[in-house]
Amino acid sequence: MENLVSRYRNVTILVTILFVQILGLAVQVRLSGESQSSRLIRVWVVGAITPLEKCLVWSQNGVSGLWHNYVYLRGVRQENRDLQQQIDRLRLERVRLSQDAEQAQRLQALLGFREQFISQTMPAQVIGSSGSENSRMIFIDKGWRDGIGKMPDDEADADRDRDKGNDKGWKEKGNDMAVITAGGVVGKVLYVNKSTSQVLLINDQSSGVGVILEKSRLQGVLKGTASGKVVLDKIMNDEKIELGERVLTSGGDRIFPKGLPVGIVSDVAAGPESFLKITVKPAADLNRLEEVLVITKKVEQAPSIADVGSVRAVDILTDRLPSVPEKPPSNPKQKAGGGAAAASSLSNPGLKPEAPATHEVKPAGTPPTAPKTASQPVAGPRGMATKPAAPPPQTTDPASPGANRESKAPSRPGSAAENPPQ
Amino acid sequence: MPITYTSNEQIEVYRFSIPVTLGVPLVALFLQAFLPRHFPFVTYFDLPLLVVIFFAIARRSQVTGLLTGAIIGLAQDALTSQPIGLYSLTNTVVGYGASSLGVKLDVENAGARFLVTLFFYLLHEVVYFTVARGMLKMNMHYTWQHELSSALLNAVMAVALFAVLDRFKQRT
Repeated sequence: MENLVSRYRNVTILVTILFVQILGLAVQVRLSGESQSSRLIRVWVVGAITPLEKCLVWSQNGVSGLWHNYVYLRGVRQENRDLQQQIDRLRLERVRLSQDAEQAQRLQALLGFREQFISQTMPAQVIGSSGSENSRMIFIDKGWRDGIGKMPDDEADADRDRDKGNDKGWKEKGNDMAVITAGGVVGKVLYVNKSTSQVLLINDQSSGVGVILEKSRLQGVLKGTASGKVVLDKIMNDEKIELGERVLTSGGDRIFPKGLPVGIVSDVAAGPESFLKITVKPAADLNRLEEVLVITKKVEQAPSIADVGSVRAVDILTDRLPSVPEKPPSNPKQKAGGGAAAASSLSNPGLKPEAPATHEVKPAGTPPTAPKTASQPVAGPRGMATKPAAPPPQTTDPASPGANRESKAPSRPGSAAENPPQ
Repeated sequence: MPITYTSNEQIEVYRFSIPVTLGVPLVALFLQAFLPRHFPFVTYFDLPLLVVIFFAIARRSQVTGLLTGAIIGLAQDALTSQPIGLYSLTNTVVGYGASSLGVKLDVENAGARFLVTLFFYLLHEVVYFTVARGMLKMNMHYTWQHELSSALLNAVMAVALFAVLDRFKQRT
């Protein structure tokens, strides 16, 4: 036996190592992909590779900055003038949008929506990638030391954990932090090291993003494929999707805040199992990322409007629609509050809770059958939102883009014009 | 004739200094991670795999070859989002195979290196595909055209790369 082993020593070693590797893979698969023990290997390798990448990126940026900021300044004056004009235009537009936003907040408050708002982001430089076609990841130059992820109390704590072999805190840090650019969603932070992090891109086959189509309001799951494309999953075959329709985050995955641009629909085809196969072109150029923003803090809150009180959207509807009998006056506070809130929140002084508002609600798109769907509070307020959404322009210049867009208000997604009575 | 059968006595066995043994794989890993950011086509190449093949056929020791493959593969795995061990396993097989071939054949000239790299790149892809699909249930995007063109590109790159790395060889 001994002779046999020594004779086939090399093969025995090969088989042993392969067996250990297969065993390790099996353990990781069993532990849903990431074993605690493999964490250390990642930390070591990333720690060896990324400092060089950081140095190169910094020196590259330094040379580039020197050239662009000090040497090559031709056309800056003209660009400055153009940007100033653009700022003026955007200011006008902002006035209009802020009115819309306030109104949307009021309506959301009525519905009791809870939304996630981005309260803190951190810019980071992309310094590298996985280098593999089968794994789409990037490295950024910020780690837990810079505030990515769940930061330990201090560095000593982390070192102590590491010494004890308890790297649980390391693994949890930074999981599922959203990474975006000005263009759109990029991915999420998967692993966090001391000064670098690994970001899983949305076109990796193991990623998933909850999204919503802007016009049709259909929700689905955005996934990467092995070929690096991005597809929208879980949309039924009988739905109609337009090419070029924008795809936004739905907020349902609890990672990406709602409303961030993800991409546009570039191809729609019938897929297997009665689902459509929708290909999405990412809004962010995932192959040429240089700088990204990591959303380090989100605040989940319901928009609070002082004058809303404790009124519910359903109460407003029941107050307004004649088909529903009036509520008994046993709750006068709510009724009065609801009326006042509705009148004020909808920014339409013409709407009084006492008066049947059928003629006012109907044109805005609220179907007459709205009381039947009172358990779906979105339908009512969204329908109502469109009518008061077009107040007479007060601060915008009639010639401004904002003023022009007033006339387009009914065609916005979610408006009554796109939600005809059924 | 590019590949010739040579007796063990005739075969040159090389060794490498510690800085080269550690530095070359690290540089290969670094370039593999850094360059695709600027030149996306670099993902067609598998520089760590080429380094494994080079060390394996130069050292002509099966154990050293498979260990080199296992360690470089582990490092390669650490840069991806996949479970650790996938590249390690495939590079182990390639390291063992390349060193076994190196023991039997003289693969010092460009033609031999081209063919050897072509073969081991395809073997690497087959093993990777089998493990990823069969064991990890990963969806793999494989086409023969893509694999063949990648193998050819890597083989051409290997000829140039091995010529550079030959400078670091030390005779035993």
